[in-house]
Amino acid sequence: MRRRVRLTVNGAAHDREVEPRLTLADFLRHELGLTGTHLGCEHGVCGACTVLVDGHTARGCLMLAVQADGTEIRTVEGLAARDGTLHVLQQSFHEHHGLQCGFCTPGMLMTLVEFLTETPDPSEVELREALSGNLCRCTGYHGIVKAALDAAAKLRKMGARP
Amino acid sequence: MSAVIGQPVLRIEDRALLTGKGRYIDDIPLDGALHAAFVRSAHPHALIKRLDAGAARSVAGVHAVLTLDDIAPVMARRRMTRVARTGKPKDSMWPFALSDGEVAFVGEPVAIVLADSRYIAEDAAALVAVDYEPLPSIADLRKCLEPDAPKVRRELASNVIATYKVEYGDVEAAFRAAAHVFREAIPQHRGGAHPIEGRGILVENRRSDGRFNIWMSTQKVHDTHQLFCELLDLDENDVRVVAADVGGGFGPKLLVYPEDIAVLAAAKLTGRSVKWIEDRREHFLGAVQERDQIWDMEIAVDKEGRIQALRGKLLHDQGAYALQDINLPYNSATSVAGPYIVPALFMEVVIAQTNKGPVSSVRGAGYPQAAFAMERLMDLVATKLGLDRAELRRRNLIPPEKMPYEKPLKARSGEPILYDSGDYPACQAQVLAAAGWEDFPARQQAALQDGRYIGIGLANAVKGTGRGPFESGLVRVAASGRVSVFTGAAAMGQGLATALAQITADQLGVKPEDVTVVAGDTATVPLGLGGFASRQLITAGSSVLLAGQAVAAKARKLASAMLEAAEADLEFVGGAVRVVGTDRTVGLGDLARALRGAPGYAFPEGIEPGLEASAAFRTDPLAYSNTSHVAEVEVDILTGQVRVVRYLAIQDVGRRVNPLIVDGQVQGGIVHGISNALFERMGYDEAGQPTTTTFADYLLPSAAEVPMLETLYRESPSPLNPLGAKGVGEVGTIPAAPAVISAVEDALKPFGVRISETPILPERLFALIQQGRRAGRG
Repeated sequence: MRRRVRLTVNGAAHDREVEPRLTLADFLRHELGLTGTHLGCEHGVCGACTVLVDGHTARGCLMLAVQADGTEIRTVEGLAARDGTLHVLQQSFHEHHGLQCGFCTPGMLMTLVEFLTETPDPSEVELREALSGNLCRCTGYHGIVKAALDAAAKLRKMGARP
Repeated sequence: MSAVIGQPVLRIEDRALLTGKGRYIDDIPLDGALHAAFVRSAHPHALIKRLDAGAARSVAGVHAVLTLDDIAPVMARRRMTRVARTGKPKDSMWPFALSDGEVAFVGEPVAIVLADSRYIAEDAAALVAVDYEPLPSIADLRKCLEPDAPKVRRELASNVIATYKVEYGDVEAAFRAAAHVFREAIPQHRGGAHPIEGRGILVENRRSDGRFNIWMSTQKVHDTHQLFCELLDLDENDVRVVAADVGGGFGPKLLVYPEDIAVLAAAKLTGRSVKWIEDRREHFLGAVQERDQIWDMEIAVDKEGRIQALRGKLLHDQGAYALQDINLPYNSATSVAGPYIVPALFMEVVIAQTNKGPVSSVRGAGYPQAAFAMERLMDLVATKLGLDRAELRRRNLIPPEKMPYEKPLKARSGEPILYDSGDYPACQAQVLAAAGWEDFPARQQAALQDGRYIGIGLANAVKGTGRGPFESGLVRVAASGRVSVFTGAAAMGQGLATALAQITADQLGVKPEDVTVVAGDTATVPLGLGGFASRQLITAGSSVLLAGQAVAAKARKLASAMLEAAEADLEFVGGAVRVVGTDRTVGLGDLARALRGAPGYAFPEGIEPGLEASAAFRTDPLAYSNTSHVAEVEVDILTGQVRVVRYLAIQDVGRRVNPLIVDGQVQGGIVHGISNALFERMGYDEAGQPTTTTFADYLLPSAAEVPMLETLYRESPSPLNPLGAKGVGEVGTIPAAPAVISAVEDALKPFGVRISETPILPERLFALIQQGRRAGRG
């Protein structure tokens, strides 16, 4: 039994037939080839698979592709500009050593896109709380927090949303 | 010599990883590959009476369900074994690629299922009916030593794998003469590595030419290649092992596992390509962990608190099997004295098997436990003698004038343990000053007035880094002018490519971003050891430095002839060699082209073909990094919850090639150690059934649980390598747990709480606080 899924990912429309049990993360990764969304625990804790569904974060491992029918999805592949210019968050992560192995990074970035949209001027405590659903084993979060605070400041200065 | 060595160069790895273009093992597309899932033991110890795969095989999309008997015909031997024969082989320590009919831990692979998708493979694995006859099992490290304890496998006469002593000096005399002797039992637990990416392997079976291309999430490719060829009876020329982008290592990916062998054997047997991606539950069950070590320790001190001798027994839980030589307890026992002068030492080591998953190194590899034992003893002595904890340590630290300082012990290489450089007391003093150690008691008193329990703690450590004997490094300039570096070292997030690119860039006058680094591909360099023991900057970095210098010498010589200028008048700039003070240049690409030769034409005289050079910097002695940490915590006495409010660490990791990367390594290491103190416990019940197999049961700290980390540095260049470097990858982890526990104990002084274990989870701490209250304190 397969079900039809029509959705938009990073602005591109897709129309596929999928098994109802296929997770959104596996759909993005293996059906669409968007392997930037990673799977670290497949039980909704590590946050590596975080993507935006209609602007809100969702665990790609806990959501089925069929549930995303009719939605607009944004993944890490959709952050940089078409000419390759890095998104403010990506650039800040680069400048502040906010990543090491890079496996948790896409989930961190997508979580921050939502958070900084809702909270443009966060305190460090608020920021750490917002990131508490994304695990990183490499950085000790130091570079990530610095990068996110810096990105927030840059976005405010630009008057832009992430 | 240096334009970019020593600079906080932004990482060349980042762009791909930030934009979702990394190529981790599960991202590599391979049409037609079958997906593997494993049937795993549900019992800590059992015999397999019968295995019925009929239902599983009948599932549409299932291609095979294989047991050891099925894959054995394509294997050289049924049981795994080590490659490096550095000790006495002991077959009973090693697992089989799939169970031989007796399982010894929950999660041990029993059968492999191959299917069109992972979903179908998992469906089918669940349908394999295994009829187990449970056998008595043992999970407790102390109890497994009892004579009538169940044996981990039936073939064992005892659960004890090995016992040995590590000793020097006259310990007996020192204890007899000591002013004070203190004793402490120190049970320790470290838990798993948990890189956010699990293990994984992709075997491409190229039936067209009989070759196997293998991608893995691995910390070493060459040893893996060797082991695959030996166990699967494959021609070395037919196998290529490539490390994918690795989503964190921290130890477990240094090993070749039964699953890897089973996947390769299945590919060989079926003629298909096969892929296996570990999920988190499998990582909890089957990836190596560090688990329990129990230290029963005695310390003898004079009346000023100067250490006279250490004596103790170290029990090490190895789990059901070993996947490499068991080196952790040796690391632990030989490093316990740490940065202190200990005139006499006696350690008895007992290594035992239990019905739990296999054990091997996790970031720190036995050093964190040694530091924890030593630092808890230091706090015990300070408390008993009424001395300031920092002052007691200062009296015992090895002073700089004694450097280099030889411990009368040998490292695994047989080399003496020789601390090569550093000023330990200065490091401690500097971090204490930065932390406001002297003023803390006043702050603590004030907080107590407000009903807040804050505490400060410190811990010191040393770490032997740069384990040899070598790492490979090859630097090549192509006719395009592109500079490439090849090495057997492994990139797993540390920024290896950036560091090696910096080193190369400095030799050849190019920018780091113009250097391509290929790490972990058996097709590029014939030898390599990989990533472990904080070794790669020292070993691979030095090899690449030497190779880069050799390439520069060749380029200089050829350019001298081509530009008709003295070598001394040449400089490397912008990808070319230039006559100083002129605009006469020749590009590195042109030099490379000349050294490629042209059929029948003249070749530059006195220069070897190819603008390339390889080097393998040979090293045996370890370069010793040292570090001093100070933690400040607040304890909620109503819940037992600990909040780390401030954390400082100073380290001397020699010359820093890239301070940005070094800082990242230190920060990540510290949080791993904080986590070992306060969060991580891999639970098993008495039988050996795991009780924590998700991140909901087994806690890793998130950003909300840790503060900003204040890092300080001193640089004593190591005399042992041309970079002057010391390793950093594990250094931050080692004293972090004892620093945190020292602070927690300090915060709970009013309750007389004494903590000699790790981790200390809230429920346990709450119980200790209650004990103190019942005793009328607080």
